[in-house]
Amino acid sequence: MIKVQNLVKTFGPKRAVDGISFSVERGEVLGFLGPNGAGKSTSMRMITGFIPPTEGSISVGGFDMVENPIPAKRLIGYLPENAPAYPDMTVYGFLSFTAEIRGLAGDARKRAVNRAVEMCFLEAVLHQSVDTLSKGYRHRTCFAQSIIHDPDVLILDEPTDGLDPNQKHEVRTLIRKMGEKKAIIFSTHILEEVDAVCSRAIIIDRGRIVANGTPQQLRQKSDWAGAVTVRVSGVSAAEAMQKLAALPSAKRAVLLKEEATSATVRIMPKPGVNGALTQNVADAVRGWRIEELHTEEGRLDEVFRSITMPDTVKGEAK
Amino acid sequence: MNNIKTIAKRELLAYFASPVAYVVIVIFLLLTGFFTFMLGGFFERGEATLTSFFIWHPWLYLFLVPAVGMRLWSEERRSGTMELLLTMPITPWQAIVGKFLASWIFLAIALILTFPIGLTVNYLGSPDNGVIFGSYVGSWLLAGSYLAISCMTSAMTRNQVISFIISVVLCFLLILVGFPPVTNFLYQVLNFKPWLVEIIAAFSVMTHFDGFQKGILDSRDLIFFLSVMVFSLFTTGVIIRGHRAG
Ligand SMILES: Nc1ncnc2c1ncn2[C@@H]1O[C@H](COP(=O)(O)OP(=O)(O)OP(=O)(O)O)[C@@H](O)[C@H]1O
Ligand SMILES: [Mg+2]
Repeated sequence: MIKVQNLVKTFGPKRAVDGISFSVERGEVLGFLGPNGAGKSTSMRMITGFIPPTEGSISVGGFDMVENPIPAKRLIGYLPENAPAYPDMTVYGFLSFTAEIRGLAGDARKRAVNRAVEMCFLEAVLHQSVDTLSKGYRHRTCFAQSIIHDPDVLILDEPTDGLDPNQKHEVRTLIRKMGEKKAIIFSTHILEEVDAVCSRAIIIDRGRIVANGTPQQLRQKSDWAGAVTVRVSGVSAAEAMQKLAALPSAKRAVLLKEEATSATVRIMPKPGVNGALTQNVADAVRGWRIEELHTEEGRLDEVFRSITMPDTVKGEAK
Repeated sequence: MNNIKTIAKRELLAYFASPVAYVVIVIFLLLTGFFTFMLGGFFERGEATLTSFFIWHPWLYLFLVPAVGMRLWSEERRSGTMELLLTMPITPWQAIVGKFLASWIFLAIALILTFPIGLTVNYLGSPDNGVIFGSYVGSWLLAGSYLAISCMTSAMTRNQVISFIISVVLCFLLILVGFPPVTNFLYQVLNFKPWLVEIIAAFSVMTHFDGFQKGILDSRDLIFFLSVMVFSLFTTGVIIRGHRAG
């Protein structure tokens, strides 16, 4: 549905987006991750046709966004960053305006507005003016605007920003459910959201894609992925450390906790050993009393940090 | 066409949802009354015309029209709704024309509300209502020209005050180049080239508004006002495209 090729945007000498390519099909939810100023919002603005790209091409549902913007825009629902809405309108007035401009009229328009109001829980503020709404409600109003015409493509810039935990949960559920039939791109700074909703995630840093994969694949980029943590007793911490660090598939072992009767050790895998480490550790600890043994999955926040701030993270590791 | 209507409708409702509309209308009515009766000497003239009413319009509009137009695009940029509007399936022209039309209709409403003055002259004497009607049309076209200029300056900046000041200055220039004291001065400075002065004066709204006030419907006057509007709205489009291109 969405196909982006070699997208570049320069602001003066600055390359805010620097050669991004990806595509999103129907049924996919693509998460956009990246530090502040990475170029997430700028990419979204180009995909939705708000700003023209300096270079590269964007096609939405087969329509080129630069050559043929109207049919392309018709397919898109867009929630911009900061959720703008006309302050002098009521929530109802605003939603019917956006429905009307999307070409809905009469009964169809009423139904569309009611459906969006229901999905975003706006009944309570329906006749309140937008500039008196709380931040979360304004966000939901703008979100309602983006789904009012039941679009095939949804572009959401930080859709859960400013929402309370219940609403965050609702919006995530909604995105996941809509993602079954639509192509969705959404950006977020909340990494647990990636696990909760995305079928795929892209990490952008300084305008470039630095990682692209399912949340599972990204997690495996972590140094931690495949690390094994064991808590053993009936053996001294030093002896356990020595034996575990010497395993052929182990890079190093870290003593996490030492108690009177037990020791907790984390063994980091050598790159590329895959599942072998768990087996090696299990063999090595035979004869000791095992109180706990598990394999780490790798953590997204750690992957995120090591990819987007490689120098600092390496510094910490030393 | 439908999109223009939708946008114009929203914009017009927005005027009446804010105090701007009422303040502008009330001030406009008060000032026209004051100028017509106190300064214009409406009664002393003893003529059944509205000359003393229309003669002030270029000056009144100078401040009131930019006040109406200054928010058109600067507000849209400041609050970020421009991003919503321009990612809707509409062309930027539809948005520009729709918003312009809404404010122009709003000004028409303010102008129509001065009808009691028309009734008054008709009650007191027997004026040439054709001339009055022509003057109203001219006045509305004049307001539209100022408005298009305000529209353009409001696209330049997200600051409404700056937008207001620049459009007042531009509109003032359009008055000045045809204002008799200035044209006389120009005749003296450019004394060998009166044709140059004529050309300069041809860019003045005064020159073209005059005809309407006399009840002469000259297509050149009409074309002048329409081209000021088309040019300014076109420039608005260029400015908006420029912002988006970064
Ligand atoms: N109109 C503009 N003019 C100049 N620079 C801009 C403009 N818009 C964005 N930038 C720059 O482009 C870079 C990318 O900005 P962008 O808003 O896309 O970041 P982001 O990834 O969305 O960040 P955040 O997580 O903070 O929302 C930033 O350095 C920003 O300063
Ligand atoms: Mg952003």
